[in-house]
Amino acid sequence: MNRKLLFGAAAGMLLVVFVLAALLFQKYHSASPELASASGVWQRDGAPVKGPPDAKVTIVEFFDPACGTCREFYPLVAKLIEQYPGKVRVMMRYAPLHPGSDKVVAMLEAARLQGKYWEALERLFAGQNRWVVNHTSQPEKALALMEVLNLDAKRLAADMNSPSVVQVVQQDVRDGQTLNVRATPEFFVNGRPLPRFGFDQLSLLVQEAVAKAY
Amino acid sequence: MTNAQRTPSGWMLLFLAWFLATGATLGSLFLSEIVGVPVCSLCWYQRIAMYPLALILAMALFPYDPKVVRYAAVLNAIGWLIALYQVLLVAGIIPEDLQPCVQGIPCSRTYFSLFGFLNIPLMALLTFTVIGLLLYYVKRMEST
Repeated sequence: MNRKLLFGAAAGMLLVVFVLAALLFQKYHSASPELASASGVWQRDGAPVKGPPDAKVTIVEFFDPACGTCREFYPLVAKLIEQYPGKVRVMMRYAPLHPGSDKVVAMLEAARLQGKYWEALERLFAGQNRWVVNHTSQPEKALALMEVLNLDAKRLAADMNSPSVVQVVQQDVRDGQTLNVRATPEFFVNGRPLPRFGFDQLSLLVQEAVAKAY
Repeated sequence: MTNAQRTPSGWMLLFLAWFLATGATLGSLFLSEIVGVPVCSLCWYQRIAMYPLALILAMALFPYDPKVVRYAAVLNAIGWLIALYQVLLVAGIIPEDLQPCVQGIPCSRTYFSLFGFLNIPLMALLTFTVIGLLLYYVKRMEST
């Protein structure tokens, strides 16, 4: 009989601990928003921005062009900007978490120097399954996708390895580590991280930020 | 048995194994569902081994049925091997580009960790190891 009691008490204890932990976590968890906004590391001057430059609400997206979820989010975020005309902009920052992605983001940055950043990014997302194999980026295949953009290939290759481009990528990686970006896409809205991953959470955060700023 | 008070009974060992499996089950669900740690495919395979353990070990407690060791040990061994594989992957002993990640969830190459060194695969390996030892002792006890 006391065995049943022991079992029941143990099972009950495990459940209570689980429920309490869940409740406490949801009550107290916010991924230290002060850290992001105060230190200023969530933004980088000169990073690619879509939307009005004077918008008071900035979404910073850490992304990897090889990431499937980033591809799915790309049009959604664009819609979000349109939803609040003139008030919201998005800043793209690199988090090359997939093997080989560091070269691909350097390629994007080099395409940017030729004024073709967004076109290049959209090409990469659209043809993702052609240059991402087994969650590994294949920079040569990514480069082949960009041919239609009529970029100066020589210049692109030189820029990809230029110190300034390398430095930009390194700074994004470093800041990502500071902000604890463990997965992509990772969003910060005016420095505040998402409480939980999901597009609805992002919309809500943007809505709150717009209400606060305007 | 005069020292029955001091040596743990087979039932008690099985109970501890069940407790561990259930704790691991709830713990993993807490991390993935509440905290939002992304779950890679290797984690899923380990869950496939761990979650049934929580159920079948509980069923073997009432009435006490030491035969469960046969079934539980197989599940446990599968989970142990996958956990070991993932620990080696995380440690970099197996090259990283073999690392699978599930589409539809954000992929990540770093892991949640406790006290700075205890990451999820390591916790899983430890749990499978201890459950394995407990099952072994139950079997030894029942066969003497």
